Order: sequence, then structure tokens, then C-alpha cells
Amino acid sequence: MYRYDEFDQQLVNERVAQFRDQVTRRLAGELSEDEFKMSRLMNGVYLQLHSYMLRIAIPYGTLSSRQVHKLADITRKYDKGYGHFTTRQNLQLNWPALKDIPDLLAELASVEMHCIQTSGNCIRNTTSDHHAGAAPDELEDPRVICEVIRQWSTFHPEFSFLPRKFKIAVSATEHDRAAIRVHDIGIQIVKNAAGEIGYEVWAGGGLGRTPIIGKKVGDFVPREDLLAFLESVLRVYNMFGRRDNLYKSRIKILVHEVGADEIRRQVAAEFKEVKARGTLQLPEEEVARIRKYFAPPEFETLSDDVPEINAAAAKDKGFADWLKSNISAHKQPGYTIVNISLKPVGLTPGDCSADQMDVVADIAEKYAFSEIRVAHEQNLCLAHVRRKDLYEVYTALKAADLGTPNIGLITDQIACPGLDYCNLANARSIAIAQRLSERFQDIEFQQKIGRLHLNTSGCINACGHHHVGHIGILGVDKKGVEYYQVTLGGAADETAAIGDIVGPAFTEGEIVDAIDTIVKIYLDLRQGDEIFIDTYRRVGVQPFKDKLYAAH
Amino acid sequence: MQLIKDGAIIADEWTALADEDALPATGPVIVSLDRFKLEQNLLLARKDKLGIRLKSGEAPEQIKDFLDRLALVALEFPAYRNGRAFSYAYLLRERYGFKGELRAVGAVLRDQFNYLARVGFDAYEVRDNITPEIFKLSVSAFEHDYQPSADSKPAVLSLRQRRLAAQKAT
Amino acid sequence: MAQHSRKGAQFQAVTANRLLDGIVVYLTKNDDWSESLQDAEVAEGKEAADALLARGALFFEPKNLVIDVYLFEVEQTDAGIRASSVREIIRQAGPTVRKDLGKQAELDGVHA
Ligand code: SF4
Repeated sequence: MYRYDEFDQQLVNERVAQFRDQVTRRLAGELSEDEFKMSRLMNGVYLQLHSYMLRIAIPYGTLSSRQVHKLADITRKYDKGYGHFTTRQNLQLNWPALKDIPDLLAELASVEMHCIQTSGNCIRNTTSDHHAGAAPDELEDPRVICEVIRQWSTFHPEFSFLPRKFKIAVSATEHDRAAIRVHDIGIQIVKNAAGEIGYEVWAGGGLGRTPIIGKKVGDFVPREDLLAFLESVLRVYNMFGRRDNLYKSRIKILVHEVGADEIRRQVAAEFKEVKARGTLQLPEEEVARIRKYFAPPEFETLSDDVPEINAAAAKDKGFADWLKSNISAHKQPGYTIVNISLKPVGLTPGDCSADQMDVVADIAEKYAFSEIRVAHEQNLCLAHVRRKDLYEVYTALKAADLGTPNIGLITDQIACPGLDYCNLANARSIAIAQRLSERFQDIEFQQKIGRLHLNTSGCINACGHHHVGHIGILGVDKKGVEYYQVTLGGAADETAAIGDIVGPAFTEGEIVDAIDTIVKIYLDLRQGDEIFIDTYRRVGVQPFKDKLYAAH
Repeated sequence: MQLIKDGAIIADEWTALADEDALPATGPVIVSLDRFKLEQNLLLARKDKLGIRLKSGEAPEQIKDFLDRLALVALEFPAYRNGRAFSYAYLLRERYGFKGELRAVGAVLRDQFNYLARVGFDAYEVRDNITPEIFKLSVSAFEHDYQPSADSKPAVLSLRQRRLAAQKAT
Repeated sequence: MAQHSRKGAQFQAVTANRLLDGIVVYLTKNDDWSESLQDAEVAEGKEAADALLARGALFFEPKNLVIDVYLFEVEQTDAGIRASSVREIIRQAGPTVRKDLGKQAELDGVHA
């Protein structure tokens, strides 16, 4: 994975010093809260319900064992011994004291990490496929270009005070695990007829109050021009994006209001100018420099056929279940991708204790080239594991309560922090996710239901991606009481779709039964081995509406 | 309010004219874009220096043909969160080649000078509590920058290229 | 400032987060800030509430001890002061999904 050179390290160190100075001035009263707010928000420090919250950047979701050990230490020393992995592949600490954050940042900097631009109206952490570098059908490792974008966007002088936050995601496989079509910019790595790698650029996707699927604004941007192209999109947005209304200030609204054709025209005109100037042309040497860090590890020559694994699975039902859902295909024979569920029954989706972090870091060190990934579904992942080690890896994970065999199943839910932590929340989301996981805990029933994405957000900001869940739940507030609205048919992948609202919202007491009913309706209607979303696309919302509200 | 230019506090020689103010016979003046459009000939005929002040919605493209007659362009920041003028400044410097004074007016915070200087501002109307030391601290927070902008510092990208060339040479 | 009381709320208290560590605190009769809702001064009626808020706001600026100072609705019960909204119940107790964390694990008098 990428390692800092002296420039990267110096910049992060300077940031720590700058933030330390800002905190000192704030605590001394030289800086008003209003002035300080901008600085702290550019550095991932929010004020939440119970305390401050610190969001630590995990660029494109890749971590080393050393970094994960450090994160574990930090959560013990400065927080309450756990962290929360988010849908942007970042890590949130829920209880840091403002006075400690400069020291905390210095510790992060010692392992090449930071909190730069994890909040604020700037270009946020670029996210990507957690299977990067391992997926069989990948065109190139997307993290190379993610790192290029990370550097270009860090402290960008022109684009740090945008109308609103700006999120970029990159996918290098046709099956989109990075949800690029619901990002401000989504980049699909493609190959042209001549076999050259280029970038298809989507813009104006997003969730929140007005969920919209992105529009294609660039068909094939050559590698050397990618930054020039991104700069063009950002400049058009910074100059013409709305600043009069918080809810209309994302680029999706600009694209929507002026139209995709006009945006394409404006971006193309700007791109011509930027390209002509030439200062943003990406040198091949720089790409090569970064690519070296993402070179595949030294794989052994192995066979996919490992009889011991089958034997172990025959004896251990838990392992057999885990193999069914938590393993993904790897490009190298004899290797596999291990997806680690952070969704045990009855606990908080995405939470991970310091001890669990240490366990994962140790396992990665022993079995997975010391590399850990964070998935936007709030899970972890070991990208390169020998098939023959699977049982040992499983056993070690399970001993740390990390062996839940539910990846892609209904209890592998995405849930934002919601009203249990978040200052903007209308209703709790974790509490609902917990009850749902308890209701659906029977693993055989989950397997029978098949792949189903169940996502919950505690308010319209949609951090829990409810619009693109096959089933989405949105918490709303009615006079201080929590209600839950249900959407059906959303999808975040290459078939991206925004879910349809099924009808009036449910009370906290009703919502779990309502989801249960929806699942039963689907099981009744499904044909063959259809998964939920296929059935839904075939039958539409009506049968669900009819039965759901008739039953209540 | 005071003026910081090239890192020092200096006396402001310019008169910022409101649209209803009478045009003085002599002395450098800054006028709004509206007024410039109405009184263009009169303003350009004066011997003294002329400056134009652009609001947040007024893109500099509208004045690009007059830039060689202007000694100053002031860009308004209606709120410190409103970063539109960062793009305006960059375009004025890098695309339209404006060489005069580029002045930031309105709501700017002390921790923004670094960004402002990089996109080409060289003058700032600031609150009285901003000292040259504070200004210096802000603009020198980072020695290097990843991306090229409108300042003369080489970006990290070119520093890396240089390092590579030096390695090859030895 | 955020609205955390119903219009015409009878009883209200003032809350904020401590500047240094962000912890939830309540304004007391002696102009201290306590971590426990049970120590909060309760104002009855709009006028008293506004006066309480004005007292609390001084600790934001100029005193610089707390941030995000606001009024919220409470009820007076035999068991003590109770917050009315789900949000404020959670703030005075801690996350409902981690009973081992926050004030519910540290203080007496929190309620669910
Ligand atoms: S969706 Fe709303 S409640 Fe959930 S984390 Fe985002 S802002 Fe908070």
C-alpha cells in the first residue's frame, strides 16, 4: 500500500501543528466558536449529542496492520475503546475531548494517517472498491488513481470552500462495489478498443433530501487528463453551484437544474482551457511511482482446490455458513477475499472494539500481507488470504466475535449513528438495526431470503444510504416521537436505483414487524431463486403496499 | 478594517465608491461592476487608477477585456463559507493574466489566508485584530502544496519530478 | 439555534456541551454546570426560561466554558427531572444501544 514520502509526511505534520495552534487559540478564547468551527470541520471534528466526534480518514479504505494497531491504541487512550466504521470507509471516534485531539492527530501522523477534509465543504475522502487489487475482473487497481486524487484534492486552494461537501468514488470493475452513481463524482475505470485505460466520469449523483443517480459527463478521459477533467467539473460547480439553500447546494442540484447536456458542455469548455494550460497533466512517472506501492503481493503458486477446507466445513456448520457468504473470488488461484462482518446480532453495525482491531491486525499480519480494508457497507475485509488458511482465519475471527456469517444477507445492515449519537438525527437507526438483526438472526432463514440490502438512516441526510437499500428505512420525527418511513427497490451498484416510498411511516413499535411482513410478501412472490430486488423489479411496489397496509 | 498587502499593513490609497457617490476628479477609485458598465467611458478616461469590485455572482469573464486598464480587482466574500471568489481569483490570474492588485474583501478568516494567497490574492481587507504576524503564520502553515495554483511555488508534483531527475543524473 | 422545546412548554432547563471535552452539561441554580440533569435549574414559563437561557449564554460568550447553549423541555416528576423528547432523554443518559457508556453508566438519576 501507499507509503508517505517526505512531502506527504511534512504536510501532515504541518497540519497537526496548525490544528494544535487553532485548538490552543480556541481554548484561550482568542478564536470564537464561529471562526473555529470552520477549522475544526475541515479536520473532522464535529459536536455530536454526547461529546465531540472525530472522523479519521482512511483513504480508499486501505489500512496496514500497523495502522490498525495504532487505531486500537488511540481508541483506548483517547476514547472509550471502540470506533465506528462508516459508509465512507472512515473511522469515527465518539468521545474524544477537544483538548486531546492535537495529541491524537500527532499519533495518527506517526502512522501516516490524518483527519484532513473528513468534514467541511471540500473534497472528502475518495472511496473505492474494498476488493481493489484482488477482484478477478478488475481493469487496474483503482487505488492508484484514488491516491492521485487524494493528493490533488488535499488543501486544494480553490476547492476548499465549495457550496457543499464533495464526494468522489472510483470503481475498476463492472460490478460496482463503490456506489459510484450516487456520488458527486463517480469514476468508472474503462478500457477502450485500443486496450488503453481511461476513465468514465459520472457527476451529480447523491442521496440526501433529493436522491439522484449521476449523469455521465465524460466517456473516456485519458489518465494523463483525469485531474484536469476533475478540476473542470469542480470549477464549474464552485462557480455556478447554488449557495442560497443548504439543500440545493450539492452538484446534483446544479446538474439537475441546468441539465446534463449543458453541464457536459460547460465542463467540456472548461476542460479545453485547463488542458491547454497543461499544468495539471499527470506525469506517467508519478503514476508509476504510486503504482509501485500497490503492486500485488508475492503470491504463491497454489491451487483453488483445498480438500482440508471442505473437510472442515463438513464438520463445522458455522464455518460452512461463513464460507457461503463471507468469501469472494480472487484473481489469484489458491487465494480468496475474506469479508469480515461487523454486524453481529444485536450490536451496532460498523462498531469495532479496540481488542477486535488488534485481532484483525494480527490476523492480517499472519495471513493477509498485513493489509486490512474497510468496506463502505461498514465491514472489514482481508483482500488476499490463502484458501488453505481459511479455517484458521475463521477460527481466529470467530474467537473475537468477528465470525458472523452474514455478508450480503439481511442482517448485514448499513445503519448510520442516528439519534443514539448524531446531533442532526430525527430518530434512532442503530436501535432499529439491532432489533431487526435479532428478528432475522436465524442464519438458515437469512440464507433462504438470500442477498438483501437493508439500510437505515436516522434523518434525511441519508448517511445510512437508505435510498439505495433494497429495503430502506428512514427515521423521521413527528413532534418528538420517532417514526420510520420505508422505501423499496433501491440499489447502489451498476443497476443503481432510488427506492420507492411504500406508504405512511411506521412507529418504532411497528417497524420491525413491517419489515418482517415485507420479507414474507417477497418470499411468497419470488420465482425460483430470485433475490429480493429481482422480485421487486418484476412485481413493483403495489403488492407490497396492498399487503403491508392491509395487515396493519 | 485595515489593509494587508504583500504581508504588511499599509494605508489604503483607494477610495471605494458606493454607486450613489459622486466620482471624485482625481485619485484611485474602486467601483462596482454595475457602475463600471454605466460609466465605462467616463471612468476609463480618468488619468488615475481604476479598480472594479465584483460581487459573488459576477464572474470575472465580464471584465476580461478591460483588465489591462484596471489596476485593481476586488472580489467580495459575502460569507467565509462562500468560496466562489477562489475560482474567480484563479481565473483572473491564470487564465486572463491579470497582473494588478487582487484584493479580498468581506468575510475572510485568519485560517484562510493560505488558500487565498495561493489562488492569487495579494491584498486583503481584514479586521483590525489581524496582525502581519497572524497573516504570516497562516500563509506559511505549509511549506509545499500538492497541486499547482496561481502562486509561484512549485507543486509537490514538480518537486518529485525534480528529485527523480536529480536521481537519474547521479 | 436549534429548537428543542414545544411552543408553550411549561418547564424548561438549559443545556450545553462543555468546550474542553464536549460532555453534556446543565445549568444549575448557582450558575455552575453539572453533568447531571437532576442538578439543573428548572424554569417555569417563558419569561423565566428566557432569563435562564440568557444566564447560560454568558458561559458561551464571553466566558468560553461551553458551546451550543439551548433550552429544552422537561417534566417535574416524583422521580426527579425528566427530559421530554427522545433526543434529550438520550443526551442525559447516553446511547440507548450502549448502556455501558455515558452518564447512564456513571451517574445516578438518569432515566430512559
Ligand atoms: S443520516 Fe442523519 S442521523 Fe444519520 S448520521 Fe447522517 S446526519 Fe446523523
